Order: sequence, then C-alpha cells, then structure tokens
Amino acid sequence: MIKSGLTHIGQYFIMLKEMFSKMTKWKVMKVLIFKEIDDLIIGSLGIVSFLSFFVGGVVAIQTALNLTNPLIPKYLIGFATRQSVILEFAPTFISIIMAGKMGSFITSSIGTMRVTEQIDALEVMGVSSLNYLVFPKLVAVMLYPFVIGISMFLGIVGGWFGGVMGNFVSSEQFIIGLQDSFTPFHVTYAFIKTFLFGFLLATIPSYFGYYMKGGALEVGKASTTSFVWTSVAIILTNYILTSLLLSN
Amino acid sequence: MIEVKNIQKSFDGTQVLKGISTTFETGKTNLIIGQSGSGKTVMLKTLLGIHTPDSGTISFDGRISTNLTSTERRELRTEIGMVFQGSALFDSMTVEENIAFPLKMFTNKSDAEITDRVNEVIDRVNLINANKKKPSEISGGMQKRVAIARAIVNNPKYLFCDEPNSGLDPKTAIVIDNLIQEITHEYGITTVINTHDMNSVLEIGEHIVFLKNGVLAWSGNHKEIIQTDNEDVVDFVYSSELFRMVRQAMRQIGNEKK
Repeated sequence: MIKSGLTHIGQYFIMLKEMFSKMTKWKVMKVLIFKEIDDLIIGSLGIVSFLSFFVGGVVAIQTALNLTNPLIPKYLIGFATRQSVILEFAPTFISIIMAGKMGSFITSSIGTMRVTEQIDALEVMGVSSLNYLVFPKLVAVMLYPFVIGISMFLGIVGGWFGGVMGNFVSSEQFIIGLQDSFTPFHVTYAFIKTFLFGFLLATIPSYFGYYMKGGALEVGKASTTSFVWTSVAIILTNYILTSLLLSN
Repeated sequence: MIEVKNIQKSFDGTQVLKGISTTFETGKTNLIIGQSGSGKTVMLKTLLGIHTPDSGTISFDGRISTNLTSTERRELRTEIGMVFQGSALFDSMTVEENIAFPLKMFTNKSDAEITDRVNEVIDRVNLINANKKKPSEISGGMQKRVAIARAIVNNPKYLFCDEPNSGLDPKTAIVIDNLIQEITHEYGITTVINTHDMNSVLEIGEHIVFLKNGVLAWSGNHKEIIQTDNEDVVDFVYSSELFRMVRQAMRQIGNEKK
C-alpha cells in the first residue's frame, strides 16, 4: 500500500514535469485556455454564488442564535460572519465542493478521452497529450481566486441579509462588526490558500483521469477517487498553510 | 516502406512478439491478421511507437525509429496517419475541426488554406453534410470516414488502421476497405491494417502477415491465402463453413484455369 502510494505520488510529479514539455502551438493553446476558463471558472460561478450567499446567511443566523448573553455585542454577528467566510468557508469549503464539481468534470472528461483512445490519437500524431490536456486547465485555474473573491463577497452579503432580514442585528451593527479588528493579512492568507487549492484542483483530477485504465465503469470510479484525494490534499494543505502563516 | 527486423516485446515476463521480421511495402495495403491474443495489436502499437521493442529494429524508409532523436521522432509522427478501432474522434470538436486538427497543430497554413484542404479531403472520403456535426451525431460508417480524412489530411507517408471496419455492417465495411485501398494507391502510402475481418483479407490483402502466438506464421497475398495449405492459416481464415465453401469454389476455379 505504501509502495503503491509512493508510486502514485512519483507519477504525479512526473506528470507535472511532462506537462511543460513539447508546448502546444500558442494559436491552438489560446483557444484551449479560453475553453477551460469557460468550463471551469465561468461554469462554477452559479453554484459558488448560490452556496456562498446562503451559507453566509446561515452563519450569521447561527451566530445570532448562539449569542444568548446580553453582554455580548450584536456586531459580533458581522465579525463572526466575516472571519468564517474569509478564513475558511470561501477558500477551503468552496474548494472541497469544487473538488466534486470541477474535479469530477476534469477526471471524467480526460478519463473518457483515455477510454475512447483520443489520448492515444494525440500521442500518435506527435502531440504532447499532457501539455494539450492539462496545461490549459492549470492556466485557467489561475483565475480561481477570482471565484473565491466573489464567494467571499456574496457570503458576507448573505450574512448581512440573513442577520438583518431576520431581525437578529441591525445593518449598522453588522457593518461595524465587519470592520472590527480587520486584519488585511487574513485576506492575503485566504488568497494564498486559494491559489494552491486551484493548483491541486486542476492537477490531481487530471492525474486520475489521465492514468486511468479500463472502461466506462472505471471512469466513474476514477472520478470518485479523484474527489477523495483532492479533498484530502486540500485539507492537509489547509492545515499546513494555516500552521505556517497564522501561527505565531 | 517499413522494414521490421526481429522485433521482440514482452510484458511482465510474457513474450508477446517473438522475433518478427517483415516488410510493409509502399503503395500496398499490408494486413496483419491473427487470432485475439496473437500479438497483432502489440505489433501495431510497436510500429506506431506507443510501445518500444525490447530488441530488433523498425525502419521507416531507412530511418530506424529507436535511433531517432526526440525531434526526429516528432517529425516522423507527423508523417503517420492513424485510424483507430473506435475512430477516436475528438468529442468536443465538429467533423471539420477534427479533420483540420493535424493541420492546425503541425503546419503554418492560413485558415483559408486549412479550410480548402479540409474540404478537399471531405470530398475525397465522400462525407456529405457532416461538416458542422459533432462525432456523436453521425453514424459509425461516417465516423470512420472522418477518421480516415483526419489521418490523410496532412499527406502522411504511412497509414495505420486498427480494425477499421469493426462495428460496421458488411456493406459499409467493404466501402471503408475499398476507400482505404484507393487512398493507399492514389497517394502512394505505406498502409498497415490490423484486422480479423475475412472480407478485408480476401478483398484488399495485397500483403498479408499472419501472426500466431507472437510469431510470424505465414505471409503472402489475398490470392495466395486461398491456395495455401498452411494449417494455422486455414484454421483461422476458413473457420466458418461459408468461407470453407468459398475457398473450395475458388480453388476449383483456379485449378480449372490451370
């Protein structure tokens, strides 16, 4: 099992190296990158917006319901919403959800190409299939922090909506809470995490799709495995980065 | 011309190709036939460079594939056209985008020149009203035509076909066989076809290589295969009653002519 795990890790790093070999013509690559931006980034905005708004609202309501002590100021609802959304919900949990949505799309699309010999066709023609298939995805996910930026904004708007519309906190108090003890580095930390999570979201599912063997059933299995390992990698990276960047 | 000299290939200790030597001539349809597990797919993939032979050489008009630098190998690959068993068309592209793909990747032709060449090839393989359709929207026979068009669009010197008429009805299969043979003669291509379709063997087999358990057990052409008494070939090619009757009738005609 350890040997198999190490083999996968080694093969993953070889894939990363080979992804940069035999670059595809820029004229073709440009089109591929725009297609991936459309599929992976623009195509994720709807679900990310929906989730962020409503989870932000739920965070605000839950915080309000748990603030039973009258001595605790109401503006803490805004403060807690901001901290939860910016530090963890938007970068980490949206990335876990994206490991399911974006990751399974990547694994199944590359896996299907493997099963139907489309990858062999690329190789026989002399095209570097890894560069052609994975590199544009990697470039596209460089815009992933943009998705998370929108998630942060909508999460906070959702929190305001849930808190104010539910009469748990006034709009002014919520905004005071948002501004209270604001540490700009927390946003930087969130975007550093997001950048790395984007890298994992593009490459781990690509790995499981590219190296899969078998037929349609195995494509499904590869998608599930890819989701599990992308999530594990995101959670571990989150732990390491939090320890490195936020611990004094 | 492709010259194969004593190639051997093993997987996990099992020897699949056991020292095969043969020549695939230019302008001819060369067929590799044999039972499942005889090594014909491995042979084709080794010729294509997907597998590297353990020993032996494959020479493409004097260029030994294993001695080439990566740049030379890339150049050689642009001279190869391949028709896969399942066509292997790119799902996300239309028919004309599939055919234009090798030109966009490997030539500096303008968009207008690419369009002209694509239309020329589309006419050659008789693809009607399919340019803007996706592969999933056309029939299996049309998909094969698209695969052939994509394989020949960049004027390859070598054309490889892996079971090009599998999954097709007998009439369409013959049409596809004839199309490959016509293109081979017309463009002077070295064509290698991996098949177990007996119609193809008797129809277009200008040079036939019969593999059994990784060994070249017989070679000849479609006329010689009717006359041969090689037991392995007879067992394989004439395994059905219909083909045995056809063989008997054809041999009788041959004898009467003599």
